[in-house]
Amino acid sequence: MISYLGWTAYTFGDQDEALKASIKRGQEIYQEYCITCHMANGEGVEGTFPPLAKADYLLKNRTESIKAIKYGMSGEIKVNGKTYNNTMSNLGLYDDEVADVMNYVLNNWGNKSKKMVTEEEVKSIKEEKNS
Amino acid sequence: MIKLKIKYNFLLPALILISGAQISCAQDNRPGISENSPAIADDPKNYTVETVVEDLDNPWGMAFLPDGGLLITEKDGDIIYAKDGNKKTIAGVPEVVSRGQGGLLDIILHPNYSINGWLYITYSSSEGEGEGAHTAVMRAKFDGNSLTDQEVLYKATPNTRKGQHFGSRMAFDDKGYLYFSIGERGERDVNPQDITRDGGKIYRINDDGSIPEDNPFFNEADAKKAIYSYGHRNPQGMIFHPSYKEIWVNEHGPQGGDEINVVKKGANYGWPVISYGINYDNSILTEETSRPGMEQPLYYWVPSIAPCGFAVVPDEVYPDWEGNILVGSLKFQYLEMLTLEGKKVVKREKLLDGIGRLRNVVIGPDNHIYAGIQGKGIVKIIPNN
Repeated sequence: MISYLGWTAYTFGDQDEALKASIKRGQEIYQEYCITCHMANGEGVEGTFPPLAKADYLLKNRTESIKAIKYGMSGEIKVNGKTYNNTMSNLGLYDDEVADVMNYVLNNWGNKSKKMVTEEEVKSIKEEKNS
Repeated sequence: MIKLKIKYNFLLPALILISGAQISCAQDNRPGISENSPAIADDPKNYTVETVVEDLDNPWGMAFLPDGGLLITEKDGDIIYAKDGNKKTIAGVPEVVSRGQGGLLDIILHPNYSINGWLYITYSSSEGEGEGAHTAVMRAKFDGNSLTDQEVLYKATPNTRKGQHFGSRMAFDDKGYLYFSIGERGERDVNPQDITRDGGKIYRINDDGSIPEDNPFFNEADAKKAIYSYGHRNPQGMIFHPSYKEIWVNEHGPQGGDEINVVKKGANYGWPVISYGINYDNSILTEETSRPGMEQPLYYWVPSIAPCGFAVVPDEVYPDWEGNILVGSLKFQYLEMLTLEGKKVVKREKLLDGIGRLRNVVIGPDNHIYAGIQGKGIVKIIPNN
């Protein structure tokens, strides 16, 4: 495990630095925009706001999760076997901020992501409007 | 060397994870904190709900015009004029910074609107020096299509890029004074207790923006003269109580500790020195819930309901509810109705349970309850006969 991580860091050293920097910026964004609902340890509020820590929805729905941070989200979703039905406001974050905070939540509280979220990826995700 | 680096990177998150896991639920062991008290009762559902304006995103404020139309502020910057099932966006609205909790916020009419035509809006403005925004108050007139005669009456400083705590509710009293709230803009240790700074305050001005000379800190060197009370966190509900003739506010606490406060001239409401809440990371933010010289709330909520909007049920339309107070809950998506005996809350019940983030509540000229719901629109409560 350690040697695998060692190989990864050796090969992708630059990306590791960029990811670390993004995660650090993402933590500040989290504490300003996300923490009041999803709480400091990504645990959410039972029955009200879904968790982010080890959240199957987050870990399996990368595009939808980015879309939620970028545009807001409402309606019923299922996270770790529980149903939530609430509204996440449009936070007005810039695309680079969306990438940073995604990198933070994807790499905290037991979450791990191999692929860094970039500003380009966020830019490419469009809002689908229900008519 | 690389292996060492990796081990360090592994350790730190692991430590954070472990320490986080030890405190997995809210822990406030300070004495004398009441939770969910009185316990909130279920929605009696003895009414019907009519949607009067559809397809709104975040209707933050609303004002009923004498012509029967409704002016609604959308947080991302539009004012909607709605009448008889039609909606249109009006022109002449100032640029706002819609980010985080900020944007285009409240709208109210002058008490003598039908004579003088003044309406008032609050919004996050980037005017002035420095990056970011802060709360501004503007008065203007409406010619049917556009705002005109726009005048900025107050602009808080300094601008900041932080996304929290703009406050921004407004109310007139019966003497022609305009009150408005400005939250502490995410600087709890810098703004609310300092009367030389904006933020974390209730303000009182005249309807033209001039400052009453009997404001409590008018003659204090370096104080912001418009301040009326201080030590607030983020009041997003304000009424002029018709019976008590007082300004009441509701305000967001941190994790727990939302409050209803009766606003008194020159008083200190204690944030962040005293609070019934704790930090979002479950750490204790203050040991004190009270201190001499600081005001106690009329009521506080633990856990937080995230209060927004404030109204008093008038006479005639809802016989069982007269005099009760209404507070929107953003977090729990209902309208909370509190029954008071004097200034003591004796009953709480849910209305509009599950309807959506309850952003605003206002009594219309027909004495009915109107609520602004995020992701929905404006609804009206019609009692069953």
